Amino acid sequence: MTGDPVFEFALRMGDNCLVLGQSNSAWCGHAPILEEDIALANVSLDLIGQAKLWLSLAAELQGEDKSADDIAFLRDVREFRNCLLVEQPNGDYAQTLMRQFLFDAWHLPMLTALVRSTNVRISEVAEKSVKEAAYHLERSTDLVIRLGDGNDESRDRMQSALKALWRFTGELTTPDDVDQALQEDQAAPDLDEIAAHYEQYTQRVLREATLVIPDVSGMQIGGKSGLHTEGLGFLLAEMQSLQRMYPGASW
Amino acid sequence: MAVNSIERPQIECVWGWLEDVPDPEIPVVSVVDLGIVRNVSWHGDELVVTVTPTYSGCPATAVISLEIVEALRRQGLNNIKIETQLSPAWTTKWISAVGREKLKNYGIAPPDESSNCAGMLKVPPVVECPHCGSSDTERISQFGSTPCKAHYRCTSCLEPFDYFKSF
Repeated sequence: MTGDPVFEFALRMGDNCLVLGQSNSAWCGHAPILEEDIALANVSLDLIGQAKLWLSLAAELQGEDKSADDIAFLRDVREFRNCLLVEQPNGDYAQTLMRQFLFDAWHLPMLTALVRSTNVRISEVAEKSVKEAAYHLERSTDLVIRLGDGNDESRDRMQSALKALWRFTGELTTPDDVDQALQEDQAAPDLDEIAAHYEQYTQRVLREATLVIPDVSGMQIGGKSGLHTEGLGFLLAEMQSLQRMYPGASW
Repeated sequence: MAVNSIERPQIECVWGWLEDVPDPEIPVVSVVDLGIVRNVSWHGDELVVTVTPTYSGCPATAVISLEIVEALRRQGLNNIKIETQLSPAWTTKWISAVGREKLKNYGIAPPDESSNCAGMLKVPPVVECPHCGSSDTERISQFGSTPCKAHYRCTSCLEPFDYFKSF
């Protein structure tokens, strides 16, 4: 690990929100029903707002007169610290929804624990974000159950989505030296505790949704240290296109 | 400092001006009614207005700060600083009784504070229709036209309406 673990942690939390918010926003105007179109846009808005809070904190810690926008728009793939789950392609609506559920089920207990962080700045951002995450989880849980336990087609699609995404969930609760450094200072929770919570919640919901957790030979990790899957490059190329064409452009 | 006391309007007076600053999304309520303005104080010659964002991504947040500054400039104040405070996080419990009444008259059901935001597998709250007062309403969507609202429908008068979510 190099540098300040709090900076790294703020980047991870912020990049998760930014990448997922950006991905979800691509549904705006394309979702299967109007209510879901609005919901996806609202969730995106919350996530991008949360990303701004985390990345502002990171920018401040970096102390090079950087802004949250600099961090979001002027880094390349290897410098992003989001988990692999959130950068997986939107796919069909089932895959977008399953990705959201698998993220929300981690995000809510994580933020709930971070409200008690000994680091005041982390705790403030967590306190602001946690209520939004609760609404996100409520929606994604409800829809995963309705569509999993729906008709043959909706169940098949949800099951395929779960099969494609489950192997990226382990990373969320696999600690590395940044997580351990924060845990020692009681600035972030023990990820084993979050893992226990995650397992219990996802199993309960997926069972109710009549979905089967797939057997995977191993969990994929890498995002937290900047090793990403193919999708992130495409996402950033689109998100950063304006800054790449017109460096320093502002409203 | 005698000069300052003439130039610096009373804090109560400033609160009064802020009560006339409308929320950009729901103009019938003011930023004070919504509990967005947390504090007003003089730091020397500088007036510091502390605001808190409602939802972290709410696009109205930046507009609200701008409108507060403009409203105070119209009263002749120039040295104004807006400070953003994240903690304690904004809650709909801070919406005033007057604000709740205004929301209802505008056709938006005010937040039901007894429904705490537990997040997991909870039943949506029973919301009274702001048009006919019936409790026979159903939730259409948890997310409405803005992040702070959910979409409901009254099964008595059949009118759709917005519900300001408890948060």
